[in-house]
Amino acid sequence: MRVEEFTERSLQLSGWDVHLTTYRLGEIYHCKADNVSPGAALARTTGESREVAEQKAIERAEQLLSRTRRNRV
Amino acid sequence: MSNYTHPEVLVSTEWVEAHGNDANVRVVEVDVDTKAYEEGHIPGAIAWDWQTQLCDSVRRDIIPKDQFEELMSQSGISPATTVIIYGDNNNWFAAWAIWQMKIYGHKDVRLMNGGRKKWLSEGRELTTDVAAVKPEAYQAVAADYSIRAFLPEVQAASRERAASLVDVRSPGEYSGEILAPAGLPETCQRGGHIPGARSIPWGKAVNDDGTFQSHDELERLYGAEGVDASRPVIAYCRIGERSSHTWFVLKYLLGFENVRNYDGSWTEWGNLVGAPVERGAVSQAGA
Repeated sequence: MRVEEFTERSLQLSGWDVHLTTYRLGEIYHCKADNVSPGAALARTTGESREVAEQKAIERAEQLLSRTRRNRV
Repeated sequence: MSNYTHPEVLVSTEWVEAHGNDANVRVVEVDVDTKAYEEGHIPGAIAWDWQTQLCDSVRRDIIPKDQFEELMSQSGISPATTVIIYGDNNNWFAAWAIWQMKIYGHKDVRLMNGGRKKWLSEGRELTTDVAAVKPEAYQAVAADYSIRAFLPEVQAASRERAASLVDVRSPGEYSGEILAPAGLPETCQRGGHIPGARSIPWGKAVNDDGTFQSHDELERLYGAEGVDASRPVIAYCRIGERSSHTWFVLKYLLGFENVRNYDGSWTEWGNLVGAPVERGAVSQAGA
């Protein structure tokens, strides 16, 4: 099998830049959400459509990012 | 590949497609997200789990020599095997695996330039089949810690400015605004950076497709922060994996003789009682 419909895009969630990578493997869409800096993986999800996989990843990433504390420096 | 000092430590995705199943080659996937391999991987590749197979989580250490030998043996790797490592997040933990293999003296271990991301984006073949492996009997050499920095050396480097300290974390972690990459668990009591460290995030060393920047671009990147081969270099991050990536760049792509990875990193320094810490945004080199 090969990756098809590979796309990447950026968006902001809870004030943080997030990178979404989505592709199809067979009949399943896979999505991975990373924070842009430093590029750490936040969520890896699957779905029967691109929209479903991305929405799950966005929800999970938002949940994690909303917990991040910003300190005054 | 570019005019790197040691181009032999990198292979392209094309090379792996052509040679990944050669008799003397073993391809290994090492991911931050250990579920990635199960989703689909390069045909013939095996996987190492950094959390259970490349860490002694009780001692908070790299794996001891006997466990390393066992891992290599069970992976069908002999000291003469050409090992190709790749992974997600532009090879973060793949570089961590190479660093450990070099500590235990494996001669021919290379990184697939661009990592998992490039393989996927190029639409190359994937499989969910787990490769069959014929075990070998691997004997490692004694650990070479000349590429590993321990706390006393880092303290001396900071105090005496005897080495270039390179903080490869994100600017927010360096300044102390956040204690871990956004969305990840905090593993330290306070934020900031080791006094004297320069901020050069690891991601600046790679292109959008995950491959490394050219030799000249890398030289400019580190040179602009006063980091060159004339002084010893110690790289650190939070737990030592991102800094393995920078160690690889400095050691092999730019050819620095004296560069070490401080795997204690901020998780160690940021929890030390009484240790000095600097906070605030990135300043210009020489400031």
